[in-house]
Parts: sequence; structure tokens; C-alpha cells
Amino acid sequence: MNLKSLSKDWEAVSYGFLDASAKRELRRKMLKAVAVPGCQMPYASREVPMARGWGTGGLQVSLTLMNPQTIVKVIDQGADDSVNAASIRKFLTRVTGAKATWDTLDATLIQSRHRVPEEKLTKDQILVLQVPNPEPLRSVEPNMSIARQMHADADYSRMWLQLYEQIVRSGRVMQGASYPSMVNGRHVMTPSPIPRWDVPKLHMAEHLTILSAGREKRIFAVPPHTRVEPLVFSDVPYKVEEHGNITCTRSALKGFFMNEIPNDDGTSSYEVSDSNLGIKALNAPEDASQKIGETWYQDGEWAQ
Amino acid sequence: MSVDMKLERSAPQFITHEPLLHMTNISKRYGDVVALDHVGAKVYPGEVLGIVGESGSGKSTLLRMMNLQELPDQGTYHLDIETEKPNLFDMDRYARLQLRSRHIGIVYQNPHQGLLMKHTSSGNVAERLLIAGERSFANLRAKASDALDASEFPLERMDAPPIELSGGMQQRVQLAKAIALEPALLLLDEPTTGLDVSVQALVLDTLKRLQQDRKITMVIVSHDLGVIRTMADRVMVMRRGQVVEQGLVDQVFQDPQHAYTQQLVHAKL
Amino acid sequence: MTEAVLNVSGLTKSFQMHHLDNTLHAFRDVNFSLKQGEFVLLKGPNGVGKSTLLRTIYRTYLPVDGQVMFHSARGDIDLANAADIDVALLRAEEIGFVTQFLVARPRVAAEEIVAEPLRLAGVAPEDALDQARHWLNVFGVKEKLWKAYPTTFSGGEQQKVNLARALILPRRLLLLDEPTASLDAGARAALTQRLDELKKEGVAMIGVFHHPGDVADLVDRTIELTIVSEERRPADVAV
Repeated sequence: MNLKSLSKDWEAVSYGFLDASAKRELRRKMLKAVAVPGCQMPYASREVPMARGWGTGGLQVSLTLMNPQTIVKVIDQGADDSVNAASIRKFLTRVTGAKATWDTLDATLIQSRHRVPEEKLTKDQILVLQVPNPEPLRSVEPNMSIARQMHADADYSRMWLQLYEQIVRSGRVMQGASYPSMVNGRHVMTPSPIPRWDVPKLHMAEHLTILSAGREKRIFAVPPHTRVEPLVFSDVPYKVEEHGNITCTRSALKGFFMNEIPNDDGTSSYEVSDSNLGIKALNAPEDASQKIGETWYQDGEWAQ
Repeated sequence: MSVDMKLERSAPQFITHEPLLHMTNISKRYGDVVALDHVGAKVYPGEVLGIVGESGSGKSTLLRMMNLQELPDQGTYHLDIETEKPNLFDMDRYARLQLRSRHIGIVYQNPHQGLLMKHTSSGNVAERLLIAGERSFANLRAKASDALDASEFPLERMDAPPIELSGGMQQRVQLAKAIALEPALLLLDEPTTGLDVSVQALVLDTLKRLQQDRKITMVIVSHDLGVIRTMADRVMVMRRGQVVEQGLVDQVFQDPQHAYTQQLVHAKL
Repeated sequence: MTEAVLNVSGLTKSFQMHHLDNTLHAFRDVNFSLKQGEFVLLKGPNGVGKSTLLRTIYRTYLPVDGQVMFHSARGDIDLANAADIDVALLRAEEIGFVTQFLVARPRVAAEEIVAEPLRLAGVAPEDALDQARHWLNVFGVKEKLWKAYPTTFSGGEQQKVNLARALILPRRLLLLDEPTASLDAGARAALTQRLDELKKEGVAMIGVFHHPGDVADLVDRTIELTIVSEERRPADVAV
């Protein structure tokens, strides 16, 4: 017995890696997800050459949506140059023939882990978010059958209770990323672990957002012009992270979501989390093509 | 006197309004076991109905049906709370859930069944209000503390989790939760069983006071005749899934008609 | 023109004791009537069924046969066959039962217990408490005990609280089951005076008294129950 006898002969893979039936199923589930905003649609998550939990959900959606005309951007926590982002980008372009970009404005499809770019997305763009845990009720109802029934009943009182408990015990809402949000007034979703800063960017947006969890086999979506409202008490306003006054130590950009970098002396310095935004800001003086587009936040304030 | 005559002596003549709760012909089997055998019940507004019987008599099953937690094989259930009075057992699950969370409160024998033991006590009460759509944090705090106060729960402990509280205090949290929405019907399933006698007396006293002050319609299930005697206006005696006798509480206890009730009363006295 | 409050006819009570396979006859074919403001004293030897008769009228005991026609403010009703819920309503509004025993609840102050029937009848809590204190005073309960819990009182003090509570509301019909047993003379005098007032207000009363002399001036008629020689304690009635 040798390795050759155990493996199949080389064959060309399907266009976009996934076979036609897998893509057909994904398209159907995406259409369903768009039709019922925020509602989790189960799908038969396929094997892709990447470990579950590393963005396989997002990858399958991207593979299904892409064609040779697509211009794809892949970011990981805002960065285009992380190993994971680079690997996914390379794989996507290789199996679809699509072009890659780092520039949010150029991209037609953006696959992202844990961030929404700072530049406003438009109606021609699709944002694909990788989701580790699609079930917002998991922390309050470990039994998934009951959780599904709660979704069906729109019974989200336990989510509010969780916020109540946080305020009573800690004096404020402690929920950071994955802030539970009501979509279209009906389904509560977890917007994947994007920071609170990014949640308003999904509300009444121009672009389509598709959220996909490969390990948990769930797809849900926020179509354009759809309400995404973080769960808040009427008398305790929603607060985003206080990054509005922080200046990026490299690009000198101010008023965007920052990465905190601990220094040796115990202090912190900050770099803008949307790394290509920082790069464009640095290059702008020499290169006119490096134009920063309209951003959701201006001077740290929501600008809509 | 036959059992049939006992169950419906005559139609009320002075009480002209409808019973708040009206169940007829409820039957339920679990495999070969008959849990309820053509049971009926009426509870009038502001009244306390006691249900006594030993374990397996069907009294808790009947209470679960009153709470819409379980459906019978046959029978009807009407609550006189809205102009429309459908058979609640015919409503879909969602409608039943809505009606139950809005109009029915329940206190279980085991606090673990009714409470989130690690959440705050006030949060447990607030959950009911959240279900009803209250979205102001300040209102949640105020209403939860009102309900806890009415249940004579010490407010300085309102944010302690039930798991850190005594059994009597846990029952008060359950009670506060049950009355927070001012339900039309309050169900109590052995609410003081498992408490020390002295604590039991205090909890019953709170219940009695609340009942009188707010004219809450209650159904209380207990195997303890003392509890029923303290709390109930009328009592229903159940045995093997049937109602063997019902009447005013002093009458049933002092002049029991059925052989089983006589045995029960004399054994306890 | 005084109207009838109660017409008892053919009233019969026996107790069927299933475990003894036996029937105990209490009284048979009792007939009498009671008018507004009338005071009837029940007499007869011990065990003749005087208390049983009162309890049968009150429906603590279920009559076996006969009628207890009560002319309520709401209309006529046969208490022997009335629905439980109607009986409960009449007990709350029109029919009082006074015994020597207090049904006290732990941790409820004496004045609260006395005020309770008023509160349930819709009197404002403060007014109800004022009246309660008045009657506690009349029956000789010392002021320092008003806010104490009667569960801790002596039998005599409990009985006074009980009387204050039972007689605080004027009823249409009062059934008095030895209310004076073991009461001191002062309280008995207060009771007699209160019963006299109630009688003048038109309350119909029938009762058994440990000290019949206390109410001698109030009594309009006496009904004597006598043992007849059938089985254990059958009784007959002579007016």
C-alpha cells in the first residue's frame, strides 16, 4: 500500500472549489436568509481546505458568490495582512480567478472576521462576516431546541434579562463584541464578534451583509435598508467603545476604532484597526489614488 | 349523597357573573395510568380554591393544565379574562404561551423550577415584566422592588441570587415573580411544602394578606390540610384522578361526606 | 312590620360515618322561623345538637333533608341547597357565626384581625382600624395588646378579640355558639350590650349560651331541643 493507491487521481476541481450542488444549496439558503432578515438558516456546511473555526462559513459564502469579475478584500480584525486573511485571499483568487484588493472602495465582496471597514459600504458591495457562534440565545438557553422555539416565539426576554443583570451587578452593560441586535424588528441576531462600534454600520445600510458560521452550519443575513437595533433599555442608551478621541500613532488618523498595543513601560499606544485605512492615510500625500472614502464615523462621532 | 350531587349542588343564584376559571370534563392518561378522569373545576373571581389529595391523585397534573403547561386528552378550559373566551386547549402553542405569561402566575414547590437560581432575585421578577414588554430599566427596578416588597421580601437583598437565600425567601421571590404582572389567576403548587413550620406560617400569612388586599383569584394545591384550611374558601378533594368531594372548606373538613375524605380528615385531626 | 329572616322547615341532620358503617342522627324535622330583630335562645341538654343545628344553618354541616330559607337582601335562598359560592357570599355579607374560638393568624395584630371584616367590606383601612380599636376597648382588651399578636394571648383575651371581630359588622343574621363561655363578667356585659344594640338595629339572632342569664332580657323566644329515644343522639324540637 502506498499513498498513491489511497488517493484519487488528479482532477480539476469545480469552479470556485465547491461543487455545483453545494453552491446551489448555499444560494438557496442565502436567499432564504435575505428573505427573513436575522433568522438563522441551517445549511450543510461543506469541507473546505481549512479547519472549521477559521472562517469556513465565510469562505463557503464567498466561494459561492464570486465570479471572475469579483474584486475581493479579506480582512481579519481589520487587517488585510494577517496570515489568515492572506491565505483566504490567496485561495479565493486562485479558485475563482477573481482579483484581490486591500482597498475597501474597490472591493465588490469583503470577507471579514470581527470588523466592518470604516469606509461606508455601498449598494454594489457585499460584506461576508465569519461567525463563530451564531446563536445569541446560547448564553441564556443552552438547549438549542428550546432556543429555536424562543426565536419562533420572538421570546427574547432572557436577552434583556442578561443586560439587566449586567447593569445591576456592574453598573453598566458589559457586553462588548457580539452585541445582540434586533433585525427588522423580529429576530435577534449576534452580529458576529464585531465591536459595538461596528453594529450601527449594519443598520439601514446600503450594502448586503451575510453572516455565516461554518462549524455551526448557520447562515443569516442583513439585507440593505434593514433595521439593526442593539437591544437597549429605553432609559439606558447604547454606547460604542470610547475610541473617538484616540489618535493612531502611525497614521495620525483620529476618531476610528483602534487596536490597543501595550508598551514595555505599561502604557498603551493605539493603531487604527482598519489597517488599509491607515495605509491610505500614510500614502495619501504622495499618491492621489489613495483616496479615503466617506466614513461612517467622522471625528469619532456617528455621521449619519 | 352521591358524588354527582356533591360536585354540582346547584347553580349559583346570587353570584351572577361567570367563573373566572371553568374547566370541564378533563381527562388525561399516561399509558395505562389514568391521571385525570373527567374532572371539572370552577373558580370564581377573588376566590381561593384548594385542591387536596395524596400524591398521584392528579392534583398537580390538573394544576399544570390550569397553567397551560400540559394538554389533556380531552376537556375544555375557559378563563373569563377577555370578551373572547375560546377553549384555551384549542389555542395554538404561541397564543397559549402569551396568555399564560400575561394572565397566569405560578409558584412551584421547588424554587429551582420557577427561578433562575444564579440571576439576581430582582432579575427573576424583572423577567416577567420583560416578557410583558417593559423596556425601561428604571421601571423594571421599581416594579420588581414593588412586587418583592408586596411579597414581604427584604429589599436590601433584592439583588442577591436565590441560590444564596433561604427556602422561605426563595418562595417569596417566586411569589413576587408570579404577582409582578398582577395576574388574573395565581396558581400555587405546594408552595410551603419543604419549609420549616414557622417559615411556612409566615409565607402563608403573606399569601393570605396579598390575597385579601388584591383580591387575587388563587388555586392552591397541597397535601397539607392545614395549608388548605388556612388559605382556601372552597376545597376540592381528589383521589385517583377524580374529584371525590368539594365544598366550602369548613364543611368539607368538619362534615366530610365521602369515605375517603372522612379518612383523610380524621387521619389529620 | 318586621319581616322574616329565616324559615327552617323539616331540617334534618345525620352523620354517615363510613369507617364505622354507621349513621349518627343529630336532629330530625326541625321547624322554626326568625324575624328581623328577633332573639331566639336555643336550649337543651348537652349533646342534644344545639351547636350542630347552628352549624347546619351556617352550612358548616350539610343538611340531609329540609329547607333553610334565608330571606337575604339579595332575595330568598335555600341555604340547605345553595351553591357553595352563594353561601360564601352570604357569610361575607349577611350571616355571622360567633363562637368562643378565635381563628387567629400568626403575625397579624389584634386590631388588624378585628378590622378585617370591615376592610373586606370596603371600609378604608384607617377607618376600619379606628372602629376596631373602639370595639377592642369595649370588650376590655387593653390598649397595649392592640398591636400584639393574639396567637400569644390567653384564651380569654383571644375570645374578646374574636367577639370584637365577629360583631363589628351588623349582619342580617347572627348565629351565636356559646360566645360567652369562659369570658369574664365585664366582657360578658359588653357582649350583652352589643347584642342589644344589634337587636335594635334589626339583626336576627339565634344562639346557645353558657350563661343564658346574660341575655335573658333580650330573648324573645326559646327553642328547646330534646333527645328522643332513637339511636344515639336524635333530637326533636319544641317551641
